[in-house]
Amino acid sequence: MSMRTPLGRVRGLGSSKTGTEDFWQQRLTAIASVPLTIAGVVLVISLTGRSYPAVKQILASPLVAVLMLLFVLATTWHMKIGVQVIIEDYVTDEKQKITLVMLNIFFAVAIGLACAYAILKLSFGV
Amino acid sequence: MANAPVQRPLSPHLQIYRLTLSMIMSGVHRITGLALCVGMVVLTWWLLAAATGQNAYATFEVFSTSWIGRLVLFGFSWALIHHLVGGIRYFIWDLGYGLEPEEREWLVLANLITPIILTVLLWAVLVMSGMR
Repeated sequence: MSMRTPLGRVRGLGSSKTGTEDFWQQRLTAIASVPLTIAGVVLVISLTGRSYPAVKQILASPLVAVLMLLFVLATTWHMKIGVQVIIEDYVTDEKQKITLVMLNIFFAVAIGLACAYAILKLSFGV
Repeated sequence: MANAPVQRPLSPHLQIYRLTLSMIMSGVHRITGLALCVGMVVLTWWLLAAATGQNAYATFEVFSTSWIGRLVLFGFSWALIHHLVGGIRYFIWDLGYGLEPEEREWLVLANLITPIILTVLLWAVLVMSGMR
């Protein structure tokens, strides 16, 4: 029998006060993604049928590069939260869940960093 | 005391309710979201190939112009447009509009049809732009 009071037993077990963080960020990145995706689609249309040097030159222009970087930032963060919600909803085993949540974060960061690196390399032309 | 088994009633689950389009489309939003992860891998490949050089880009073009590549890219474009339009639907709902039963199903139907039209239009534009 523990000597702790009922209040002492439950203290610190409640909400972490950060429960709406993902909800808010998911909507923030969603709204940011709408104009950025439209810009991306316009870019893909304008690149269609062009040769490699032309594609490279267009991707390296500052406006295109900045829009692409913003697109990658918004969508990879959105992807991280969205996939994590799906994992948390359907994977009940705690170890599997934590492993998958970790792998999902690694995936999102790897994709985001690889895209950003490619865009910057194209821009600086090194 | 805290671990004593308690027989609580369970809340009704999927099989209890009549299947509606909005229920299916909720699932489709998640599935398209997951599919877009694959799309992001293709996007990363494309950007890295462009940054690497002529040969790497040519390898990507072998994929993107093959029938399987075309299928993946077509699916990617549909999933992207569907997920984007679906996101606008959720945004409308978040603001408290369109939640009446008829409005709900109407919005969901629009979410199903519009992206198909937009995807076909996009590919028509791509073909007209001289897609190889």
